[in-house]
Amino acid sequence: MNTQTKTLFTPRLAAPMQWIQSHRVFASILLLAVFPWLTPNQSVAINVLIYGLYALGFNLLFGYMGMLSFGHAAFFGIGAYTTGILIAQYHLQWWIAIPSAMALSSAVALVMGLLAIRTRGIYFAMVTLALSQCVYFLVYQFPVSGGENGLRGVNVPEVVLPGLTLDLLNPTVKYYFFLVFVALALWAVSRILASPFGGVVEAVRENEARTRACGFDVERTKLLTFVLSGAFCGLAGALNAIHLSSVPIETLHYETSGLVVMICLLGGMGSFLGPFVGAALFLMIQDVFSIWTEHWQLYVGIVFIIFVLFFPKGVWGTVLEKLNVH
Amino acid sequence: MNFIRKWAHAFCAAASLSTSVAYAQIPPIKIGLPVPLTGPYGAEAKDQVKNAELAVKEFNDAGGLNGRKAELLVRDDKLNPGEAATRALELIEKDKANFIVGGLSAATQLAINNVTKQRKVIYISISQSDVINESSDFSRYTFHEALNPHMTTQAVGHYAFKKGMRVAFLTADYAYGQEMTRGFTRVAKEMGADVVGELKHPLGSSDYSTFLPRLQALKPDILVFNNFGRDNQVSIKQATDFGMKKSMKFVTPIMTYTSRLAAGPHVYEGVVGGTSYFWSIEDKTASARIFNDQYKASNDGVYPSDYGSMAYSAVKSLLAAVKTAGTADTEKVVDALASLKYDTYKGQQYYRACDHQSLQSVLIIESNSKEARNPADVFKVLQVVPGSEKLLRGCSELGFK
Amino acid sequence: MDGITAQLLGLQIFTGLALGAIYVLLAVGLSLIFGMLTVVNFAHGAFFMVGAYAGYSLYQIFPNFWICLIGVPVITGAIGLLVERFLVRPLYGRGIDYPLLLTFGLAYVMVELVRMGYGKQGLPFDTPEALQDSVDVFVGQFPAYRIFVIVVTAVILVGLWFFIEKTSFGLIIRAGARDPSIVRILGIDITKVWLIVFGLGTGIAGLAGVLSAPLQGITPEMGGSVLIISFVVTVVGGMGSLVGAVIAGLLVGVVESLAVLFFPEGAKVSMFVIMALVLLVKPQGLFGRSGLMS
Repeated sequence: MNTQTKTLFTPRLAAPMQWIQSHRVFASILLLAVFPWLTPNQSVAINVLIYGLYALGFNLLFGYMGMLSFGHAAFFGIGAYTTGILIAQYHLQWWIAIPSAMALSSAVALVMGLLAIRTRGIYFAMVTLALSQCVYFLVYQFPVSGGENGLRGVNVPEVVLPGLTLDLLNPTVKYYFFLVFVALALWAVSRILASPFGGVVEAVRENEARTRACGFDVERTKLLTFVLSGAFCGLAGALNAIHLSSVPIETLHYETSGLVVMICLLGGMGSFLGPFVGAALFLMIQDVFSIWTEHWQLYVGIVFIIFVLFFPKGVWGTVLEKLNVH
Repeated sequence: MNFIRKWAHAFCAAASLSTSVAYAQIPPIKIGLPVPLTGPYGAEAKDQVKNAELAVKEFNDAGGLNGRKAELLVRDDKLNPGEAATRALELIEKDKANFIVGGLSAATQLAINNVTKQRKVIYISISQSDVINESSDFSRYTFHEALNPHMTTQAVGHYAFKKGMRVAFLTADYAYGQEMTRGFTRVAKEMGADVVGELKHPLGSSDYSTFLPRLQALKPDILVFNNFGRDNQVSIKQATDFGMKKSMKFVTPIMTYTSRLAAGPHVYEGVVGGTSYFWSIEDKTASARIFNDQYKASNDGVYPSDYGSMAYSAVKSLLAAVKTAGTADTEKVVDALASLKYDTYKGQQYYRACDHQSLQSVLIIESNSKEARNPADVFKVLQVVPGSEKLLRGCSELGFK
Repeated sequence: MDGITAQLLGLQIFTGLALGAIYVLLAVGLSLIFGMLTVVNFAHGAFFMVGAYAGYSLYQIFPNFWICLIGVPVITGAIGLLVERFLVRPLYGRGIDYPLLLTFGLAYVMVELVRMGYGKQGLPFDTPEALQDSVDVFVGQFPAYRIFVIVVTAVILVGLWFFIEKTSFGLIIRAGARDPSIVRILGIDITKVWLIVFGLGTGIAGLAGVLSAPLQGITPEMGGSVLIISFVVTVVGGMGSLVGAVIAGLLVGVVESLAVLFFPEGAKVSMFVIMALVLLVKPQGLFGRSGLMS
């Protein structure tokens, strides 16, 4: 699923598809802007936004760089806990807490990256898993995190901007507030991928030895991608803390790492909107099924199996393929 | 009944997907119930659902609030605090729930409480936690129907500890275990018993053979198992296999019906513990007999369980407060609930003013297989410790002025 | 630290070996499946759990633990064969991610089916009568059943070694792990080999499940916690290496037991620390072959 070689021959696309292709950030934001009206409720929509962003950051490393990490919960969680502690304990404002969260998760990504980059394949995945479990353990032991009771009190009831006060207790307002961050992130990722750096990233995925032979510093590229990935996941974690008003310890657990892997696989990696499609699918399937029956795990499992057997490029990847994009 | 409910839920979910037309009549009083239907406590959660449904049915059959019926909105929180918070948000924002009852772990109830108190929605928690009583998490809208570790330990400790006894703890290293140890240590001091040692084990351990020889070496008269659920079952099982019952008495703060069934009679034989409810108190308590009969009637003769009955009591007392207040308006119901004296299933209960902890009796039970009158007769009630403020921590200790 | 004597240390190491024995069985199965098929089997824990439940049911029919020990691997192996044939086989050649996601979904399905069939809260499983006593192992009294687990694991490992090193089918397995295309060219149906290996791996996982049932009882969730341990042990030992799985399993078991003695809060994270340290020094695990899954 992750080796999507770009074909030299790009078939003629229908005009609207072509427009969407070249303005994919704008199109994505547009779609996300109307998304809440398509979902059963706003809280699921916000979760899709947050987990979509989490998957977007992860996808940078997994889909575009080709490196499977099982430790991304560390960045999501550090982002969440940093925001939580700064807001709940130190009573700082959101516009200090969120950037700090991104900074700290990037720093953690740097450290983890330095340690993990030398391995590859399944071993890379396991090293990241091990390191993120160490982070989980450390945070758990810290009394200020609340241990397994979680960190409560991350209350941001309203956001005061010059001339405008946003009531974050209103789910619609909260959604659009978060959407601003997600839109910025989408734009940033798009810029990164379109830049020469982005070209190197995909080159490394396609053929690492050849990229190295061309004179590119592969290790530095990998590390930088890792850190950027960590930053976006940290942002997602920060938003999550504000959304739930608390940070559960499960945010750092490997199940949260596994979750983002599943979302990306389900949605399709190496595609721009894939992570959000995956997040939407995963969360909404779980939501709808769990209201319908207590045995929802059975049906979700069956749906997964069907997706894997019949949608090899993930759902969005298959949709794109059918529409002859890429 | 389950089948109808499932399709009713599906229908409601489908109906809410479309833009809803304004009701011609007043909407029902909605009570959200987020409980962990999937995960290790699925059995307890299912019990809680059935019990809550009974309470709602009784309210509706008695005419509701001047004809206005109550409705239960059951949600699966998967024992995950993040999920629980999301379900709470969903219930309040989309389903317009008036009240929320639920949460079956400390972390989930605290997460739900954080959401509900910000939005001024009444939340009644139905599982153990000492933290929810403390001033940092408390709010006017927070109520705690279940026992807390402190009450449990005071009651069980007073029963089991005697002057001069040697007491050892096997504690699960998380909030619940630590709270239990704290409570028991306090009682031991009061009773003149010696705490000779404590060993902490990681939550979710499946192997206790590393702890048991050391505990044995301490030569305690009483070994207290400060853990819950599966940890409780496995540690007591392995300690039994090690032959430790021959030299010491096993005590555990909470002995649940489901644990006893899951681990079997041999494992729990002779173990003394505490609980919020066991059906056999119907011999002496009238409200228990009425409750048991009603529950058996709608559930094929099955008796209600400990955790399940807490859900019944929470919903029933909540609806009683609604009736007293004459409205579903939150502020008025809070006042009514805070001053309510109720006897839903096991005797007198009321909420203490400073922390909204429900004062209630604690039952001391022993696992009983030889004198069983019927398959549900798994425990013998040794003592009913009446509810009193002496069992609770002082308001100032909890951080209240 | 008071109470820690040499005797206690010795007992703790023994406990670690018994704990490690189960880990070894799980890692061996996972390593076989990964080494041969390059399939990351996220349902391995579920097979472990199904093994325990199968043991329970078998015991109801034939109250004889020995019959369970033989019957359970057959049952879980058979389920594994079906899974490989109909679910995993269509995914070969597509990359590592597909079977991962598939087995993830499969685990959900298996757990929920067991919950629906046997109830949510778990079932008791008593230690077989003959093995309920404790045995003097020089450093003190040690439960007989745990010695039994160590012995059974050793027997299985010897049998497996014999099978892989000394039989012609074992030769095919070893060759197939090295180079599947050459084996095909030689006219051997490699898919049949993969089928058997998958069944073998899941069969051993089921055996591990029924062996651990008397130690901790059985619940539908018991596979979840053991899954991550299986992966850690397999990776530390090196994917595809059976010797590695054995050494890593025992290492993790013993270190965990000793950590419980000296640093209980860190016991659960100790195996991850080991894994991080091993992989940083030897990026393919202790005995892993480079080039496999790079």
